[in-house]
Amino acid sequence: MKLKDAMLLTGNHAAAYGAMLAQPKVMPIYPITPQTPVAEKLTEFQLQGLLDAEFITPESEHSAMAACISASLTGVRVFTATSSQGLMLMHELLHFASGARTPIVMVNANRTVASPWGFWADHTDSLSQRDTGWLQYYVENPQEALDTVLQAYKTAENPSVLLPAMISYEAFYVSHSLEVVEIPSQEAVDSYLPPFDPELRFDPEQGRSFGNVVSQELYYRHRKQLSQAMDKVFAIAKDADEKWKELTGRTYGLVERYKCENAQHIIIAMGTISGTARAAVDKMQSDGIPVGLMKIRLFRPFPVDKLRQELAGRDKVIILDRGSSPGTGGGSVLHQEVKSSLYGLKNAPEVYGYLAGVGGTNITPEKIEDLVKRSLKEKSTTKSIWGW
Amino acid sequence: MKHYEIAEEKVFLPGHGACPGCAMALALRYVLNIFGRNSVAVIPPSCMGPMMGAQPYSSMLIPIFHNSFESSASSAAGIKRALRARDRDDVNVLALAGDGGTYDIGLQALSSVAEHNEDIVYICMDNEGYMNTGTQKSSSTPRHAYTTSTPGGKESRKKNLVEIMAAHHVPYVATANIGYLDDFVTKIHKIKDMKGTRMIIVLIPCIDGWGFPGDAAATMSRLAVQTGVFPLYEVEDGTKYTINHGPEGLPVETYISRQRRYRHLTAEQVSEIQKEVDENWAKLEGMANLFSATM
Repeated sequence: MKLKDAMLLTGNHAAAYGAMLAQPKVMPIYPITPQTPVAEKLTEFQLQGLLDAEFITPESEHSAMAACISASLTGVRVFTATSSQGLMLMHELLHFASGARTPIVMVNANRTVASPWGFWADHTDSLSQRDTGWLQYYVENPQEALDTVLQAYKTAENPSVLLPAMISYEAFYVSHSLEVVEIPSQEAVDSYLPPFDPELRFDPEQGRSFGNVVSQELYYRHRKQLSQAMDKVFAIAKDADEKWKELTGRTYGLVERYKCENAQHIIIAMGTISGTARAAVDKMQSDGIPVGLMKIRLFRPFPVDKLRQELAGRDKVIILDRGSSPGTGGGSVLHQEVKSSLYGLKNAPEVYGYLAGVGGTNITPEKIEDLVKRSLKEKSTTKSIWGW
Repeated sequence: MKHYEIAEEKVFLPGHGACPGCAMALALRYVLNIFGRNSVAVIPPSCMGPMMGAQPYSSMLIPIFHNSFESSASSAAGIKRALRARDRDDVNVLALAGDGGTYDIGLQALSSVAEHNEDIVYICMDNEGYMNTGTQKSSSTPRHAYTTSTPGGKESRKKNLVEIMAAHHVPYVATANIGYLDDFVTKIHKIKDMKGTRMIIVLIPCIDGWGFPGDAAATMSRLAVQTGVFPLYEVEDGTKYTINHGPEGLPVETYISRQRRYRHLTAEQVSEIQKEVDENWAKLEGMANLFSATM
């Protein structure tokens, strides 16, 4: 079956196309709204002969991740997808996956976490997994979802990295919204992403064991190596994005700059709020307000050096955060991350953190303009502000 | 005395960390040495960890993956599927877990793997409690037994995992112990030649957790069968029953009076245990008569 060059796809289906083109060999997936169409599309691909994978339909996301880890250790490419409660049920094994150095790629449809129940766009599910040793990408549309799945494999499977990667996109705003998506050919993807055939794997011919009990010193060394591998990711992910540009003409950067030249003030956002913020930036610039946008696409590892370089000398930074963490100086994760990145920087900007869009509430360009104008008038506070 | 000559491929080696006299070391020796080098295994937290030893040493000549506590079945299934994808479907994939990791925290994953009939071998080393953490009750702990979490004796019965697995219609589930080594070895050979989800629940009398002398694990294994507490039987495809060894008319008192975990029992509680054992046996015999494997 020949693939079309471009199709009208939802974020979920675009992610499934990305996964299919990576040709994973084992796919353990458990259904959850709003991710389920990813899994459905992949099983459909298998039926159409576009995929030759072992599908596992376990009884929980926990078991899905367990099978991902052990299959990846056995030396095959693995893919899974989840959302919200499912991601959090995996939490123990997210740590396990990075500790086992398994380059699993997973998409996560960002959805509010219970209680109370909701199905709405919110980054708290994945933000609360930030210490698990996974690469984290946040994407804003179906095309970026497809492209990032493949870039994530390219980065995660690099022998200097060997860490799992998560691609998050918001419930419904991305997962169920249709856009035209360009689909690269299988040949093109194969030229970009070589087969995953790790030298060290779980195999009776090799006799290697994994995850054994270790001493304090060995554990310390292991964690240090894991952290050092994470430190190498930025350069490798940047290279993967540049090679993707050579192949498809599309590039995103790891921190996207939008109209930042001569911008005294910078809005920082992730995911779909970035798209809205571009419209707000256009409007404000035409009104003479010197504001630009930086979209954080790679959240783990956090682009500390890049932000210090980009934000030095600016006046104000306005952070819009769709996730919340009670007890972190007002509740915004992104606010804390940016502030700590800028600590001790000469000519550091004033930083404003707004909780905007939490729970899937609608953030309009007008709302963003309000928050920017408010920041221009007020002194910044150490605490983030509920800004919707 | 009968002397067993069993063909073994050396996989399980001396230098393991089991307690002196532990039945699990002998059980593991036959499981691993019969399955041989073309095997891999997953091990959750359990007595199997110290038995393997700490990095960089291992008492087992096959690759071992130490998985998370509740994931033995799903981890084994993930490996099997990946081996299949790598054209290495010939490799035996074993899960070696304790009763806490099987009857309790691992049951959900095990149920799913059994329902899918994933091609793995699951060996449950059943010492009837969380012995590796210092003797807490599991759902496999029998009624009235003392553990540190049931200091007055456990109030509920031991969970019947054989019936749970049989209800999933897995190709094979059986009980075994090292008091009946020929029976155990026959069962290991039998499942080695089968496909699908296969399970052996091995009763491991725990020297420290149950409280008996270090040279009595084999005796305790035999008494468990002879008193009818732990009959040895097989269920194939969920319906075909074979009883290998059953009670020989010995009262349960012969078995429980030798264990510290039952020292607090009243005469009434001993009769309750006897009644439970009799009921269980009657039910098993009934099932075996109705659904005999030789019918």
